[in-house]
Amino acid sequence: MPPHDPKLNRRGLLASTVGVASLLPLTGKAQVPPPQTALPPDPSRPTMVALDINGQHNELALDSRTTLLDALRLHLGLTGTKKGCDHGQCGACTVMIDDKPALACLTLAVMVRGKVTTIEGLSPPGGALHPMQQAFIDQDAFQCGYCTSGQIMSGVACVKGGHAKTEADIREFMSGNLCRCAAYPHIVAAIQQAAPAMEG
Amino acid sequence: MYPYLYDRATGIPDAVHATAGARTTPTAAPAQFIAGGTQLVDLMKLGVIAPERLVDINGLTMTAIAVGPDGLRLGALVRMAELERHPDVRRDYPVLAETMALAASQQIRAMASLAGNTLQRTRCEYFRDTAWSECNKRTPGSGCAAIGGVTRKMAVLGTSDQCIATYPGDFAQALVALGAVVHTTTRTLPFEQLHGGADRPHIETVLEADELITGFVVPAGPWTKRSTYVKVRDRQSYAYGLATAAVALHVEGGIVRDARIGLGGVAYKPWRAHEAEAALHGKKLDEDSAIAAARAAFAGAKPHGENAFKIDLGQRTLVRALLQANRMEG
Repeated sequence: MPPHDPKLNRRGLLASTVGVASLLPLTGKAQVPPPQTALPPDPSRPTMVALDINGQHNELALDSRTTLLDALRLHLGLTGTKKGCDHGQCGACTVMIDDKPALACLTLAVMVRGKVTTIEGLSPPGGALHPMQQAFIDQDAFQCGYCTSGQIMSGVACVKGGHAKTEADIREFMSGNLCRCAAYPHIVAAIQQAAPAMEG
Repeated sequence: MYPYLYDRATGIPDAVHATAGARTTPTAAPAQFIAGGTQLVDLMKLGVIAPERLVDINGLTMTAIAVGPDGLRLGALVRMAELERHPDVRRDYPVLAETMALAASQQIRAMASLAGNTLQRTRCEYFRDTAWSECNKRTPGSGCAAIGGVTRKMAVLGTSDQCIATYPGDFAQALVALGAVVHTTTRTLPFEQLHGGADRPHIETVLEADELITGFVVPAGPWTKRSTYVKVRDRQSYAYGLATAAVALHVEGGIVRDARIGLGGVAYKPWRAHEAEAALHGKKLDEDSAIAAARAAFAGAKPHGENAFKIDLGQRTLVRALLQANRMEG
Protein backbone atom coordinates (compact mmCIF):
# COMPACT_ATOMS: atom_id res chain seq x y z
CA MET A 1 0.00 0.00 0.00
CA PRO A 2 1.55 3.35 -0.92
CA PRO A 3 2.27 5.59 2.02
CA HIS A 4 0.03 8.52 2.75
CA ASP A 5 1.84 11.73 1.95
CA PRO A 6 1.08 14.12 4.82
CA LYS A 7 1.59 17.08 2.50
CA LEU A 8 -1.11 15.87 0.13
CA ASN A 9 -4.21 17.22 1.79
CA ARG A 10 -7.73 17.78 0.63
CA ARG A 11 -6.98 21.23 -0.72
CA GLY A 12 -4.01 19.94 -2.71
CA LEU A 13 -6.04 17.12 -4.18
CA LEU A 14 -8.89 19.41 -5.17
CA ALA A 15 -6.50 21.87 -6.77
CA SER A 16 -4.68 19.19 -8.74
CA THR A 17 -7.97 17.65 -9.94
CA VAL A 18 -9.23 21.00 -11.19
CA GLY A 19 -5.91 21.51 -12.95
CA VAL A 20 -6.20 18.19 -14.77
CA ALA A 21 -9.81 18.84 -15.77
CA SER A 22 -9.00 22.25 -17.25
CA LEU A 23 -6.36 20.73 -19.52
CA LEU A 24 -8.83 18.30 -21.09
CA PRO A 25 -10.34 19.40 -24.39
CA LEU A 26 -14.06 19.92 -24.00
CA THR A 27 -14.97 17.95 -27.12
CA GLY A 28 -17.41 15.57 -25.48
CA LYS A 29 -15.95 12.68 -27.52
CA ALA A 30 -16.00 9.18 -26.14
CA GLN A 31 -12.23 8.89 -25.70
CA VAL A 32 -12.25 11.62 -23.05
CA PRO A 33 -11.80 9.82 -19.73
CA PRO A 34 -14.52 10.31 -17.17
CA PRO A 35 -13.78 13.24 -14.83
CA GLN A 36 -11.74 12.30 -11.81
CA THR A 37 -13.45 12.47 -8.49
CA ALA A 38 -11.24 13.89 -5.76
CA LEU A 39 -11.04 11.29 -3.04
CA PRO A 40 -10.64 12.67 0.46
CA PRO A 41 -7.35 11.66 2.08
CA ASP A 42 -7.81 8.38 3.90
CA PRO A 43 -6.66 8.42 7.52
CA SER A 44 -6.63 4.63 7.62
CA ARG A 45 -3.77 4.48 5.12
CA PRO A 46 -0.32 4.23 6.68
CA THR A 47 2.07 7.13 6.90
CA MET A 48 5.81 6.88 6.37
CA VAL A 49 7.55 7.63 9.64
CA ALA A 50 11.30 8.11 10.00
CA LEU A 51 12.62 7.32 13.47
CA ASP A 52 16.16 7.68 14.73
CA ILE A 53 16.39 5.13 17.53
CA ASN A 54 19.63 4.55 19.43
CA GLY A 55 21.60 5.93 16.49
CA GLN A 56 19.87 3.76 13.92
CA HIS A 57 17.68 5.16 11.19
CA ASN A 58 14.35 3.41 10.70
CA GLU A 59 11.59 3.98 8.19
CA LEU A 60 8.25 2.50 9.02
CA ALA A 61 4.82 2.61 7.40
CA LEU A 62 2.58 3.25 10.41
CA ASP A 63 -1.00 4.09 11.17
CA SER A 64 -0.83 7.72 12.27
CA ARG A 65 -2.31 6.68 15.62
CA THR A 66 0.73 4.56 16.51
CA THR A 67 2.48 5.78 19.62
CA LEU A 68 6.25 5.80 19.87
CA LEU A 69 5.84 3.09 22.50
CA ASP A 70 4.01 0.76 20.12
CA ALA A 71 6.40 1.61 17.29
CA LEU A 72 9.32 0.56 19.52
CA ARG A 73 7.77 -2.58 20.91
CA LEU A 74 5.61 -3.89 18.09
CA HIS A 75 7.36 -2.63 14.96
CA LEU A 76 11.03 -2.50 15.95
CA GLY A 77 11.19 -5.32 18.50
CA LEU A 78 12.64 -3.00 21.15
CA THR A 79 10.68 -4.40 24.06
CA GLY A 80 12.88 -2.97 26.81
CA THR A 81 10.57 0.04 27.01
CA LYS A 82 7.50 -1.13 28.91
CA LYS A 83 3.81 -0.39 28.62
CA GLY A 84 2.25 0.14 32.03
CA CYS A 85 -0.78 2.41 32.15
CA ASP A 86 -0.54 3.67 28.53
CA HIS A 87 -1.88 7.03 29.80
CA GLY A 88 1.23 8.85 30.96
CA GLN A 89 0.70 8.13 34.64
CA CYS A 90 3.22 5.39 35.52
CA GLY A 91 6.46 6.30 33.71
CA ALA A 92 7.28 2.72 32.64
CA CYS A 93 7.62 3.88 29.01
CA THR A 94 10.08 6.73 29.71
CA VAL A 95 12.60 7.25 26.90
CA MET A 96 14.76 10.19 25.87
CA ILE A 97 14.11 12.33 22.83
CA ASP A 98 17.07 14.63 22.17
CA ASP A 99 18.22 13.92 25.73
CA LYS A 100 14.92 15.07 27.23
CA PRO A 101 12.68 12.60 29.04
CA ALA A 102 9.49 11.68 27.21
CA LEU A 103 6.60 9.33 27.81
CA ALA A 104 6.57 7.09 24.75
CA CYS A 105 2.89 6.20 25.35
CA LEU A 106 1.77 9.82 24.90
CA THR A 107 4.12 10.50 21.99
CA LEU A 108 2.74 9.90 18.52
CA ALA A 109 5.44 8.24 16.41
CA VAL A 110 4.54 10.41 13.43
CA MET A 111 5.42 13.53 15.46
CA VAL A 112 8.91 12.45 16.53
CA ARG A 113 11.69 14.50 14.94
CA GLY A 114 14.51 14.08 17.46
CA LYS A 115 16.92 11.32 18.33
CA VAL A 116 15.33 8.68 20.53
CA THR A 117 17.31 6.80 23.17
CA THR A 118 15.75 3.76 24.79
CA ILE A 119 17.08 1.48 27.53
CA GLU A 120 18.65 -0.64 24.76
CA GLY A 121 20.74 2.35 23.64
CA LEU A 122 21.99 3.42 27.05
CA SER A 123 25.20 1.40 26.86
CA PRO A 124 26.98 0.08 23.77
CA PRO A 125 26.24 -3.52 22.75
CA GLY A 126 28.67 -5.85 24.49
CA GLY A 127 30.19 -2.96 26.42
CA ALA A 128 30.05 -2.09 30.09
CA LEU A 129 26.68 -1.24 31.58
CA HIS A 130 25.76 2.42 32.03
CA PRO A 131 26.60 3.50 35.61
CA MET A 132 22.86 3.81 36.31
CA GLN A 133 22.19 0.26 35.11
CA GLN A 134 25.08 -1.06 37.22
CA ALA A 135 23.85 0.90 40.24
CA PHE A 136 20.36 -0.61 39.95
CA ILE A 137 21.95 -4.09 40.06
CA ASP A 138 24.33 -3.21 42.91
CA GLN A 139 21.60 -1.63 45.02
CA ASP A 140 18.96 -4.28 44.28
CA ALA A 141 16.74 -1.46 43.03
CA PHE A 142 14.00 -3.63 41.59
CA GLN A 143 11.91 -6.64 42.38
CA CYS A 144 9.65 -7.60 39.46
CA GLY A 145 11.61 -5.31 37.13
CA TYR A 146 8.69 -4.10 35.06
CA CYS A 147 9.17 -0.42 35.86
CA THR A 148 12.97 -0.63 35.84
CA SER A 149 13.68 0.57 32.29
CA GLY A 150 11.64 3.69 32.92
CA GLN A 151 13.21 4.17 36.36
CA ILE A 152 16.70 3.96 34.86
CA MET A 153 15.89 6.40 32.07
CA SER A 154 14.42 8.89 34.57
CA GLY A 155 17.36 8.25 36.91
CA VAL A 156 19.75 9.28 34.15
CA ALA A 157 17.70 12.44 33.52
CA CYS A 158 17.66 13.10 37.27
CA VAL A 159 21.45 13.13 37.50
CA LYS A 160 21.99 14.99 34.21
CA GLY A 161 19.51 17.69 35.23
CA GLY A 162 21.21 18.23 38.59
CA HIS A 163 18.29 16.86 40.63
CA ALA A 164 20.27 14.20 42.50
CA LYS A 165 21.74 16.48 45.18
CA THR A 166 19.54 15.30 48.04
CA GLU A 167 17.27 12.34 48.70
CA ALA A 168 14.27 14.71 48.71
CA ASP A 169 15.25 16.09 45.30
CA ILE A 170 15.59 12.59 43.89
CA ARG A 171 12.24 11.50 45.27
CA GLU A 172 10.53 14.58 43.84
CA PHE A 173 12.11 14.17 40.41
CA MET A 174 11.33 10.46 40.30
CA SER A 175 7.65 10.82 41.30
CA GLY A 176 6.53 10.19 37.72
CA ASN A 177 7.89 6.64 37.84
CA LEU A 178 5.72 4.31 39.87
CA CYS A 179 7.05 1.05 41.32
CA ARG A 180 4.31 -1.34 42.40
CA CYS A 181 6.89 -3.38 44.34
CA ALA A 182 7.79 -0.19 46.22
CA ALA A 183 11.54 -0.54 45.73
CA TYR A 184 11.78 3.21 46.19
CA PRO A 185 14.50 3.33 48.91
CA HIS A 186 16.76 1.16 46.75
CA ILE A 187 15.99 3.23 43.63
CA VAL A 188 17.06 6.37 45.51
CA ALA A 189 20.22 4.56 46.66
CA ALA A 190 20.99 3.49 43.09
CA ILE A 191 20.70 7.04 41.81
CA GLN A 192 22.92 8.24 44.62
CA GLN A 193 25.49 5.61 43.67
CA ALA A 194 25.36 6.43 39.96
CA ALA A 195 25.48 10.22 40.31
CA PRO A 196 29.21 10.60 41.10
CA ALA A 197 30.11 7.95 38.53
CA MET A 198 28.14 9.81 35.84
CA GLU A 199 29.46 13.22 36.82
CA GLY A 200 33.04 12.04 37.24
CA MET B 1 -8.62 5.99 19.17
CA TYR B 2 -10.39 6.88 15.94
CA PRO B 3 -8.35 7.42 12.76
CA TYR B 4 -7.22 10.94 11.97
CA LEU B 5 -5.11 12.75 9.42
CA TYR B 6 -1.83 14.19 10.59
CA ASP B 7 -0.40 17.46 9.30
CA ARG B 8 2.67 19.33 10.45
CA ALA B 9 2.21 23.08 10.17
CA THR B 10 5.16 24.99 8.75
CA GLY B 11 3.93 28.42 9.82
CA ILE B 12 1.10 30.12 11.68
CA PRO B 13 -1.00 30.80 8.52
CA ASP B 14 -0.69 27.14 7.63
CA ALA B 15 -1.79 26.03 11.12
CA VAL B 16 -4.72 28.43 11.23
CA HIS B 17 -5.87 27.50 7.73
CA ALA B 18 -5.88 23.81 8.60
CA THR B 19 -8.27 24.37 11.50
CA ALA B 20 -10.56 26.97 9.91
CA GLY B 21 -14.23 26.50 9.11
CA ALA B 22 -15.27 24.53 12.18
CA ARG B 23 -18.85 25.18 13.20
CA THR B 24 -18.35 23.80 16.69
CA THR B 25 -16.65 24.80 19.90
CA PRO B 26 -12.84 24.55 19.73
CA THR B 27 -12.74 21.52 22.01
CA ALA B 28 -15.18 19.64 19.73
CA ALA B 29 -13.70 20.88 16.44
CA PRO B 30 -12.72 18.21 13.91
CA ALA B 31 -9.22 19.65 13.57
CA GLN B 32 -7.13 20.06 16.71
CA PHE B 33 -3.77 21.68 17.32
CA ILE B 34 -1.26 19.39 18.99
CA ALA B 35 1.97 20.41 20.75
CA GLY B 36 3.17 18.26 23.68
CA GLY B 37 0.25 15.89 23.23
CA THR B 38 0.22 14.92 26.90
CA GLN B 39 -3.46 15.76 27.19
CA LEU B 40 -4.76 15.33 23.65
CA VAL B 41 -3.38 11.81 23.17
CA ASP B 42 -4.70 10.79 26.59
CA LEU B 43 -8.21 12.10 25.84
CA MET B 44 -8.16 10.51 22.38
CA LYS B 45 -7.27 7.15 23.91
CA LEU B 46 -10.13 7.57 26.39
CA GLY B 47 -12.53 8.36 23.54
CA VAL B 48 -13.44 11.71 25.11
CA ILE B 49 -12.40 13.46 21.91
CA ALA B 50 -12.09 12.09 18.39
CA PRO B 51 -10.52 14.66 16.07
CA GLU B 52 -10.43 13.95 12.35
CA ARG B 53 -7.23 15.89 11.87
CA LEU B 54 -4.27 16.76 14.07
CA VAL B 55 -2.29 19.85 13.23
CA ASP B 56 1.18 19.52 14.74
CA ILE B 57 2.42 23.01 15.69
CA ASN B 58 5.83 21.97 17.01
CA GLY B 59 7.53 23.37 13.93
CA LEU B 60 6.43 26.91 14.82
CA THR B 61 8.87 29.26 16.51
CA MET B 62 6.99 30.35 19.61
CA THR B 63 9.64 29.00 21.94
CA ALA B 64 11.33 31.98 23.61
CA ILE B 65 11.44 33.16 27.22
CA ALA B 66 12.41 36.84 27.47
CA VAL B 67 12.69 38.83 30.70
CA GLY B 68 12.66 42.59 30.13
CA PRO B 69 11.97 45.77 32.09
CA ASP B 70 8.28 45.70 31.12
CA GLY B 71 7.75 42.12 32.02
CA LEU B 72 8.12 38.54 30.97
CA ARG B 73 7.30 37.24 27.50
CA LEU B 74 6.61 33.55 27.14
CA GLY B 75 6.20 31.76 23.83
CA ALA B 76 3.26 29.39 23.60
CA LEU B 77 5.53 26.43 22.86
CA VAL B 78 7.90 26.93 25.78
CA ARG B 79 7.92 23.62 27.64
CA MET B 80 6.93 23.56 31.30
CA ALA B 81 10.37 22.29 32.34
CA GLU B 82 12.05 25.22 30.59
CA LEU B 83 10.06 27.76 32.57
CA GLU B 84 10.61 25.79 35.77
CA ARG B 85 14.39 26.03 35.57
CA HIS B 86 14.82 29.47 33.98
CA PRO B 87 17.09 31.43 36.39
CA ASP B 88 15.59 34.88 35.70
CA VAL B 89 12.06 33.57 36.15
CA ARG B 90 13.01 31.86 39.41
CA ARG B 91 14.53 35.11 40.67
CA ASP B 92 11.97 37.66 39.48
CA TYR B 93 8.76 35.62 39.13
CA PRO B 94 9.20 32.74 41.60
CA VAL B 95 5.47 31.93 41.66
CA LEU B 96 5.60 30.99 37.98
CA ALA B 97 8.56 28.64 38.39
CA GLU B 98 6.94 27.11 41.48
CA THR B 99 3.68 26.32 39.67
CA MET B 100 5.79 24.43 37.16
CA ALA B 101 7.91 22.56 39.69
CA LEU B 102 4.79 21.40 41.56
CA ALA B 103 2.88 20.33 38.44
CA ALA B 104 2.58 16.87 36.91
CA SER B 105 5.73 14.71 36.59
CA GLN B 106 9.14 15.63 35.18
CA GLN B 107 8.42 13.68 31.99
CA ILE B 108 5.16 15.55 31.39
CA ARG B 109 6.82 18.87 32.20
CA ALA B 110 9.51 18.12 29.63
CA MET B 111 6.85 17.47 26.98
CA ALA B 112 3.94 19.82 27.68
CA SER B 113 3.71 23.35 26.24
CA LEU B 114 2.70 26.39 28.29
CA ALA B 115 -0.27 27.21 26.05
CA GLY B 116 -1.50 23.63 26.14
CA ASN B 117 -1.14 23.68 29.90
CA THR B 118 -3.43 26.68 30.30
CA LEU B 119 -6.04 24.86 28.16
CA GLN B 120 -5.86 21.74 30.27
CA ARG B 121 -9.27 20.14 30.64
CA THR B 122 -10.88 19.05 33.85
CA ARG B 123 -9.96 15.80 35.58
CA CYS B 124 -13.63 15.27 36.56
CA GLU B 125 -14.10 11.49 36.36
CA TYR B 126 -17.55 11.93 34.84
CA PHE B 127 -16.01 13.94 32.01
CA ARG B 128 -13.10 11.57 31.41
CA ASP B 129 -15.10 8.33 31.55
CA THR B 130 -17.43 8.12 28.55
CA ALA B 131 -19.46 5.39 30.27
CA TRP B 132 -21.20 8.31 32.01
CA SER B 133 -23.66 9.65 29.47
CA GLU B 134 -24.41 12.79 31.50
CA CYS B 135 -21.75 15.43 31.08
CA ASN B 136 -22.57 18.93 29.94
CA LYS B 137 -18.94 19.52 29.04
CA ARG B 138 -18.65 16.45 26.81
CA THR B 139 -22.22 16.32 25.51
CA PRO B 140 -23.96 19.70 25.81
CA GLY B 141 -27.37 19.46 27.44
CA SER B 142 -26.90 15.89 28.69
CA GLY B 143 -26.81 16.82 32.37
CA CYS B 144 -24.18 16.51 35.08
CA ALA B 145 -23.48 13.15 36.68
CA ALA B 146 -21.14 14.78 39.18
CA ILE B 147 -23.94 16.67 40.90
CA GLY B 148 -25.20 14.07 43.34
CA GLY B 149 -22.27 11.80 42.48
CA VAL B 150 -18.82 11.48 44.02
CA THR B 151 -17.91 15.11 44.62
CA ARG B 152 -14.75 15.07 46.74
CA LYS B 153 -12.58 16.69 44.04
CA MET B 154 -15.22 19.00 42.57
CA ALA B 155 -15.16 22.79 42.72
CA VAL B 156 -16.75 25.06 45.33
CA LEU B 157 -16.24 28.40 43.55
CA GLY B 158 -17.68 29.44 40.20
CA THR B 159 -19.85 26.35 39.69
CA SER B 160 -23.37 26.22 38.28
CA ASP B 161 -26.25 23.74 38.17
CA GLN B 162 -24.74 22.68 34.82
CA CYS B 163 -21.22 21.77 35.96
CA ILE B 164 -19.17 21.57 39.15
CA ALA B 165 -15.87 20.41 37.60
CA THR B 166 -12.55 21.75 38.85
CA TYR B 167 -9.98 23.47 36.66
CA PRO B 168 -6.92 21.26 37.18
CA GLY B 169 -3.89 23.42 36.28
CA ASP B 170 -1.37 25.33 38.39
CA PHE B 171 0.30 27.79 35.98
CA ALA B 172 -3.01 29.52 35.22
CA GLN B 173 -3.49 30.53 38.86
CA ALA B 174 -0.19 32.40 38.74
CA LEU B 175 -1.14 33.99 35.42
CA VAL B 176 -4.46 35.32 36.75
CA ALA B 177 -2.77 36.56 39.91
CA LEU B 178 -0.06 38.41 37.98
CA GLY B 179 -2.54 39.95 35.53
CA ALA B 180 -0.99 38.24 32.51
CA VAL B 181 -2.07 38.89 28.94
CA VAL B 182 -2.67 36.23 26.27
CA HIS B 183 -1.62 36.79 22.68
CA THR B 184 -3.40 34.82 19.99
CA THR B 185 -3.22 34.79 16.22
CA THR B 186 -6.03 37.36 16.10
CA ARG B 187 -6.06 39.36 19.34
CA THR B 188 -4.72 40.17 22.77
CA LEU B 189 -6.80 39.64 25.88
CA PRO B 190 -6.39 39.50 29.65
CA PHE B 191 -5.66 35.93 30.76
CA GLU B 192 -8.47 36.27 33.28
CA GLN B 193 -10.92 36.47 30.36
CA LEU B 194 -9.63 33.39 28.53
CA HIS B 195 -11.69 30.77 30.33
CA GLY B 196 -15.48 30.64 30.16
CA GLY B 197 -17.94 30.18 32.99
CA ALA B 198 -19.87 27.16 34.27
CA ASP B 199 -23.15 28.38 32.81
CA ARG B 200 -21.97 27.05 29.43
CA PRO B 201 -19.67 24.16 30.37
CA HIS B 202 -18.98 22.99 26.81
CA ILE B 203 -17.52 26.38 25.88
CA GLU B 204 -14.31 26.27 27.86
CA THR B 205 -12.54 29.32 26.48
CA VAL B 206 -13.30 32.35 24.34
CA LEU B 207 -10.94 31.04 21.64
CA GLU B 208 -12.16 30.21 18.14
CA ALA B 209 -11.39 26.79 16.66
CA ASP B 210 -8.79 28.28 14.32
CA GLU B 211 -7.33 30.69 16.87
CA LEU B 212 -3.95 29.77 18.24
CA ILE B 213 -2.37 31.07 21.43
CA THR B 214 1.04 32.46 20.44
CA GLY B 215 2.28 33.54 23.85
CA PHE B 216 1.79 35.25 27.19
CA VAL B 217 3.05 38.51 28.64
CA VAL B 218 3.37 38.83 32.40
CA PRO B 219 3.69 42.52 33.28
CA ALA B 220 6.47 43.57 35.62
CA GLY B 221 5.39 44.95 38.98
CA PRO B 222 6.64 45.47 42.51
CA TRP B 223 4.81 42.28 43.56
CA THR B 224 6.41 39.70 41.24
CA LYS B 225 9.46 38.88 43.38
CA ARG B 226 7.50 38.44 46.57
CA SER B 227 5.37 35.70 45.10
CA THR B 228 4.78 32.05 45.85
CA TYR B 229 2.57 29.05 45.12
CA VAL B 230 1.20 26.71 47.75
CA LYS B 231 -0.31 23.44 46.54
CA VAL B 232 -2.06 21.05 48.91
CA ARG B 233 -2.74 17.59 47.54
CA ASP B 234 -3.41 13.99 48.53
CA ARG B 235 0.25 13.02 48.13
CA GLN B 236 3.47 14.98 48.20
CA SER B 237 4.20 14.91 44.50
CA TYR B 238 2.58 14.23 41.13
CA ALA B 239 -1.03 14.90 42.08
CA TYR B 240 -3.63 17.50 41.22
CA GLY B 241 -4.21 20.17 43.82
CA LEU B 242 -7.09 19.87 46.25
CA ALA B 243 -6.53 23.51 47.13
CA THR B 244 -3.85 25.81 45.77
CA ALA B 245 -3.00 29.49 46.07
CA ALA B 246 -0.78 31.70 43.95
CA VAL B 247 0.07 34.90 45.81
CA ALA B 248 2.07 37.99 44.87
CA LEU B 249 2.51 40.88 47.31
CA HIS B 250 3.71 44.45 47.20
CA VAL B 251 4.44 45.38 50.80
CA GLU B 252 5.82 48.75 51.90
CA GLY B 253 6.63 49.51 55.52
CA GLY B 254 4.70 46.43 56.58
CA ILE B 255 1.56 47.60 54.76
CA VAL B 256 0.08 45.73 51.80
CA ARG B 257 0.03 48.06 48.79
CA ASP B 258 -1.06 45.37 46.39
CA ALA B 259 -2.07 41.76 46.86
CA ARG B 260 -2.67 39.46 43.93
CA ILE B 261 -4.29 36.12 44.50
CA GLY B 262 -5.15 33.20 42.24
CA LEU B 263 -6.87 30.10 43.59
CA GLY B 264 -6.91 26.57 42.19
CA GLY B 265 -8.18 23.10 43.01
CA VAL B 266 -11.31 24.72 44.41
CA ALA B 267 -12.71 26.60 41.42
CA TYR B 268 -14.36 25.96 38.08
CA LYS B 269 -11.79 28.06 36.27
CA PRO B 270 -8.52 29.83 37.11
CA TRP B 271 -9.85 31.99 39.92
CA ARG B 272 -8.77 35.45 40.86
CA ALA B 273 -9.81 36.24 44.41
CA HIS B 274 -10.59 39.95 43.99
CA GLU B 275 -12.48 40.14 47.30
CA ALA B 276 -9.52 38.78 49.23
CA GLU B 277 -7.18 41.20 47.44
CA ALA B 278 -9.43 44.13 48.41
CA ALA B 279 -9.61 42.91 52.00
CA LEU B 280 -5.81 43.10 52.33
CA HIS B 281 -5.32 46.44 50.63
CA GLY B 282 -3.74 48.99 52.99
CA LYS B 283 -3.58 46.46 55.87
CA LYS B 284 -0.72 45.00 57.81
CA LEU B 285 -0.37 41.38 56.76
CA ASP B 286 -0.59 39.08 59.75
CA GLU B 287 -2.47 35.92 60.57
CA ASP B 288 -5.68 37.80 61.42
CA SER B 289 -5.79 39.84 58.22
CA ALA B 290 -4.83 36.77 56.17
CA ILE B 291 -7.70 34.81 57.71
CA ALA B 292 -10.10 37.67 57.01
CA ALA B 293 -8.94 37.78 53.39
CA ALA B 294 -9.35 34.02 53.05
CA ARG B 295 -12.90 34.27 54.43
CA ALA B 296 -13.67 36.92 51.85
CA ALA B 297 -12.27 34.71 49.09
CA PHE B 298 -14.60 31.84 50.00
CA ALA B 299 -17.66 33.88 51.03
CA GLY B 300 -19.47 32.79 47.89
CA ALA B 301 -18.32 29.15 48.02
CA LYS B 302 -20.93 26.45 47.46
CA PRO B 303 -20.30 22.92 48.74
CA HIS B 304 -21.65 19.76 47.12
CA GLY B 305 -21.54 17.05 49.78
CA GLU B 306 -18.08 15.51 50.13
CA ASN B 307 -16.19 18.52 48.77
CA ALA B 308 -17.30 20.80 51.64
CA PHE B 309 -13.85 20.32 53.23
CA LYS B 310 -12.37 22.38 50.39
CA ILE B 311 -13.90 25.56 51.77
CA ASP B 312 -11.87 25.21 54.96
CA LEU B 313 -8.80 23.76 53.23
CA GLY B 314 -8.86 26.47 50.58
CA GLN B 315 -8.87 29.20 53.23
CA ARG B 316 -6.01 27.59 55.16
CA THR B 317 -4.03 27.18 51.94
CA LEU B 318 -4.45 30.85 51.11
CA VAL B 319 -3.48 31.92 54.63
CA ARG B 320 -0.31 29.85 54.42
CA ALA B 321 0.56 31.27 51.00
CA LEU B 322 0.00 34.86 52.15
CA LEU B 323 2.15 34.47 55.27
CA GLN B 324 4.82 32.63 53.29
CA ALA B 325 4.96 35.36 50.62
CA ASN B 326 5.05 38.05 53.29
CA ARG B 327 8.26 36.53 54.69
CA MET B 328 9.96 36.69 51.29
CA GLU B 329 12.15 39.55 50.14
CA GLY B 330 10.39 41.96 47.83
